[in-house]
Amino acid sequence: MRLGISRVVLAVCALCLSQLVRADEILVAVAANFTDASRELAALFTDTTGHRARLSYGSTGKLYAQIEHGAPFDVFLAADRQRPALAEQNGLAVTGSRFTYARGKLVLWSPHPDAFEDGEIYLNQAPTTPLAIANPRTAPYGLAARQTLESLTLWTTWQPRLVRGDSIAQAFQFVATGNAGAGFVALSQVSAWPDPVGSMWPVPETLYQPIEQQAVLLTRAQHNPVARAWLQFLRSEPAQAVIRRYGYATDSPNDADG
Amino acid sequence: MSPRLQAQLHHQRPDFTLEVDLDLPGQGVTVLFGPSGCGKTTLLRCLAGLESARGHITVAGETWLDDRVQRPVHQRPLAYVFQEASLFPHLSVTGNLHYGYRRTPRRLRQIHPPQVEAWLGLETLRERFPHQLSGGQRQRVAIARALLTSPQLLLMDEPLSALDQASKQDILPYLERLHRELAIPVLYVTHSPEEMARLADHLVVMADGRVRAQGSLTELLPRLDLPVTSAQEVGVVIDATLAAEDADWHLSRADFNGGALWLPTPTRPLGSPLRLRVLARDVSLARQPHHDQSIQNLLPATVVSVDSDHHPAMALVRLALADTPLLARLTRRAADQLNLTPGQQLWAQVKSVAIVD
Amino acid sequence: MSAEWQAIWLTLKLATVTTAILLIVATPLAWWLARSRHWLCQPLAAVVAMPLVLPPTVLGFYLLILMAPSGPVGQLTQSLGLGTLPFTFEGLVVASVIYSLPFAVQPLQAAFSGLSERMLEAASTLRASPLDRFFSVVLPLARPGLLTATVLTFAHTIGEFGVVLMIGGNIPGETKVLSVAIYDHVETLEYARAHWLAGGMVAFAFLVLLSLYLINGRLGGHGLKP
Repeated sequence: MRLGISRVVLAVCALCLSQLVRADEILVAVAANFTDASRELAALFTDTTGHRARLSYGSTGKLYAQIEHGAPFDVFLAADRQRPALAEQNGLAVTGSRFTYARGKLVLWSPHPDAFEDGEIYLNQAPTTPLAIANPRTAPYGLAARQTLESLTLWTTWQPRLVRGDSIAQAFQFVATGNAGAGFVALSQVSAWPDPVGSMWPVPETLYQPIEQQAVLLTRAQHNPVARAWLQFLRSEPAQAVIRRYGYATDSPNDADG
Repeated sequence: MSPRLQAQLHHQRPDFTLEVDLDLPGQGVTVLFGPSGCGKTTLLRCLAGLESARGHITVAGETWLDDRVQRPVHQRPLAYVFQEASLFPHLSVTGNLHYGYRRTPRRLRQIHPPQVEAWLGLETLRERFPHQLSGGQRQRVAIARALLTSPQLLLMDEPLSALDQASKQDILPYLERLHRELAIPVLYVTHSPEEMARLADHLVVMADGRVRAQGSLTELLPRLDLPVTSAQEVGVVIDATLAAEDADWHLSRADFNGGALWLPTPTRPLGSPLRLRVLARDVSLARQPHHDQSIQNLLPATVVSVDSDHHPAMALVRLALADTPLLARLTRRAADQLNLTPGQQLWAQVKSVAIVD
Repeated sequence: MSAEWQAIWLTLKLATVTTAILLIVATPLAWWLARSRHWLCQPLAAVVAMPLVLPPTVLGFYLLILMAPSGPVGQLTQSLGLGTLPFTFEGLVVASVIYSLPFAVQPLQAAFSGLSERMLEAASTLRASPLDRFFSVVLPLARPGLLTATVLTFAHTIGEFGVVLMIGGNIPGETKVLSVAIYDHVETLEYARAHWLAGGMVAFAFLVLLSLYLINGRLGGHGLKP
């Protein structure tokens, strides 16, 4: 009986392991704001190469902490450049594999069409409703939002009315549910929002430092051809076209950063 | 004369109907008697308002229930003593005693803690908690607690049945004392012939949710058509007065309406009331007064009827000593030899008398 | 006041207010659930228990929608002149009350169910009105359950994270409670400060639960039996 159970356990473990180590499959850690785009990219990847990329979403900070503690990711698609750089420094990622796969665009957004026409005018009015941003300390879009308000010298004005989402996804949620009057969110999120009516103000890129979303090959996959193929694929024109369609800017292909 | 307790009650459960019409004196102990499941407890609960019933209840001239009035339990000035003491475990004896007392309006308080503590012997128990008391002590506290609401009606539902014999003997004298001190009606449910004999003034005999008979104990006890007691215990209760004492022989004479009985001198003063119990099996009959025998109590009696007993060999003879009934249990052969007929005069020889109160 | 102490103070305030409200709300609810045979009892008990099984995010998500300016609760609070609840301390209190409801109701319900009917009958024959009976008999006898409910509600509110994160908006001094502060520290890799707070919470939880078991053990052995 004992033997029987241990056999079953063994069989289950073997099955799990085989799931994990399928030769043509990789596991990609994806920053939450890139969720929708990465899904389409993964499908395209399978169509063109026959390989599979499984995706795991989370905030950049959380994903980094997981990688640091041995999570079995092969590639890290972050929402900033700090975390991939840190991974490289700490030997968690393969040096030289880091590049910018997308540039985030910050917008001021509200689902209500009559919320504002010009975001700058809206921001210069006395605050009446909460303004949602991602937590500047943990989320790159939150940092960009803070930089924007500081550039406009409105940070202290708005600070009492700021509500901080744990991630840019949560900041978006605060606005989408109407709990915040408006919020700084990613253009990619607004593009994916099913209801096209609303007020949107693309924040001039002079007001914040570029949100460079970088990808990096993680050390455990340094000899994994599928992982390298995935990174190569991300830089290809068809992939970059998808990324642009989701509301990101892209550098010209093969223009690696850093 | 205090107003009578009157109650007509109808209570319906899927498997049981209670339909009673009670008319009881405004004072004294009425024992509710009947087999298990006959509705005694339900009747008590309906009177208290713990079960809902239709009908009407009048106690001490106040209406508790009729077509328009339905007083909730806490507004009926009654006291209820349950089979288990049901003391509040989080309160000391004093806390329990004061629970109802504090909730009784000051002007209605007629019974006060020192008095009740003395009646029920609780003076040394005040600081204790229920789990530190014996079963008998707990029930005494429960009775005291109930009395301290200065009730107009005391309902007692087999208050001694959960106690062992020693605790019962411990508590019965207290109950008898209450019986003498209280001027309110007490309804007392019991299965015990002893409790009934010692405490009852009146009897309500119940069966199947109905009242089969109600009346005074002395009147009802000899009635043989009622399942009042088992045949072994058939007997009568006689209320008498301690009238004389023969100091040489340590014997005393108890007089009652219809005769007198000699018994060992009890420890109570001349003139005090006595309740005597005479079992049918302790009474024999003779046509002539025989003095050449050991039985000292010899009373002239009149035969009222001769009835059959549950045993085919035995007969029960109902006798009258003036107004006081008496029962004798004889073999049928003896009855036949005496040629007993109603109205016949003869002598009753009483072998044993018990003082029950 | 440092950010840490602010978070600790805010958390204690939230737990205290939530516990106080829940004891007032949960007591009659638990009483009804324990004593009534109404057909609604079972469905209501299930609703009360739902926060036990639902992920906090589900609760947070619906609260966010309901309490939004256009949501039914938001409309109500606005028409009452209370403004909207998300991102406010009051909003956290409402969420915590819902989230911790089973921790208050269930111990009380168990305590009330175990109460002997006879005690209440005895009290009613001693001239105690229903409300009087509740305060003079039911509550004292249900004391262990009441204590458990209080401690669990308090501790559980302190440990709450998901719902707070979703509707709080992480505002220092208003909605940034301990669990969120710890999360922030972990996210920003400030592990030393995270340890300081997280270790404190572990010790706090242990001490609270230990004292609960000790006190209830003592009450249980003290003849609180009918």
